[in-house]
Amino acid sequence: MSRLLPFIGFMLLVGLFGFGIWWNTQHDPNAIPTPLLNKPAPAFNLPKLYEPAQTVSKADLLGKPYLLNVFASWCIECGVEHPVLTAEGPTLGVQLVGYNYKDAPDDAKGWLAKHGNPYDLLIADEPGHTAIDFGVYGAPESFLIDARGVIRYKHIGPLTPEVVAKELKPAIAAMLKEAP
Amino acid sequence: MGPFLRMLFVALLAVAGAAHAQAIEPMPFANHAQELRFQHLTRQLRCPMCQNETLADSNAPIARDLRNQIFRMMQQGKSDEQIKQYLVARYSDFVLYDPPLSARTWLLWFGPLLILLGGAGVVLVAIRRRNRAGSAAITEVPAGDRPIDNGDDW
Repeated sequence: MSRLLPFIGFMLLVGLFGFGIWWNTQHDPNAIPTPLLNKPAPAFNLPKLYEPAQTVSKADLLGKPYLLNVFASWCIECGVEHPVLTAEGPTLGVQLVGYNYKDAPDDAKGWLAKHGNPYDLLIADEPGHTAIDFGVYGAPESFLIDARGVIRYKHIGPLTPEVVAKELKPAIAAMLKEAP
Repeated sequence: MGPFLRMLFVALLAVAGAAHAQAIEPMPFANHAQELRFQHLTRQLRCPMCQNETLADSNAPIARDLRNQIFRMMQQGKSDEQIKQYLVARYSDFVLYDPPLSARTWLLWFGPLLILLGGAGVVLVAIRRRNRAGSAAITEVPAGDRPIDNGDDW
C-alpha cells in the first residue's frame, strides 16, 4: 500500500492538471465575470453613428429586447465575429444594436461599408466613458438587454456559431419565455 | 565599476525610466500628495485588459481611460474606497490585486495555509510511522543475527 502511495499522489496530480486543461478549454480564463448580470443596464445617452446630432438613450430602447454589440474598426476579433453577426443576426429575434467603441466615426463607417452592416441601430462612444459604466474593457463584447432594460447575458470576445447556439439563443429563449 | 559599465547602467536606467514614464501621461495634479495618492491607488488596481499589469503600468487604452476616470474622481473629492467601489461595481473584484475576504475567496486566502498544514500532517504521520517501524525492527531482530560490536574501531 505504501509503495502505491507515490503513484496515487501522481495520479491525483494528473487528474488535477487534466481538469485544469479541460476547464480552460471550456472557459475563457481571461473573461471577467460581470457584476452587472441580471442588473439594470447603466443609463446612457450616445449619438447615432450616422446621425451624430441625434442621440439614443437607454429609455429610448426600453420596451424591446436588444443585443448590444460592442465593436470597433481597430478590433481584429470583431472582423472574426462580423460574419457570424451577419448570418445569425436576423435569426435571433431581437434588435441588433451596434456600439461603436473608441473609434473614429469615419473609420467605423468605412469598416461597415467594407464588411456590411448587420445592425438595426448604431450608436457611437468615441471617448469611451459610457463603456466604463458597462464594464467594457475590450471589443468585441455583447450584452443581451431585455425589454425592461436588464442585462440578461454577457459575452466577452467574438460571438462564434457555437456561442450563439449554446449560450446566446438559449438566453434569448429564456428571456422571451419570461416576458414576451 | 568601470566608466563604460557605469555609462551603460545610467543609459539603461534612462531607458527604463522613459518606458515607465510613457505609461503615465502627465496629469495636472493639484499637489504632490495627490500625485502620490494616485500612483499608490493605481498600483493596487489591475488592468482588466492585460491582466498581469497594474493600471499604473499598463499602456492599454482601457487602462488609460480608467486612469483618467480615477483622476477625475479624485478631483471630485472621491476617496480611495469610493473609487475602488466604483471600479468593482463595473469590473468585479478582479480589478483589485488584493481580493476582499468573502465566502467566495476564503479558499484563495487560506488555501495555501491548508495545504501547508496538510503537508505538515503527512510529514508528521510519516515520521511517526518510521519511528515505530524502526523500534519494532530492533526488538524483532533475533539475538544471533545481531551485528556484534566487538569494540574494534574501523
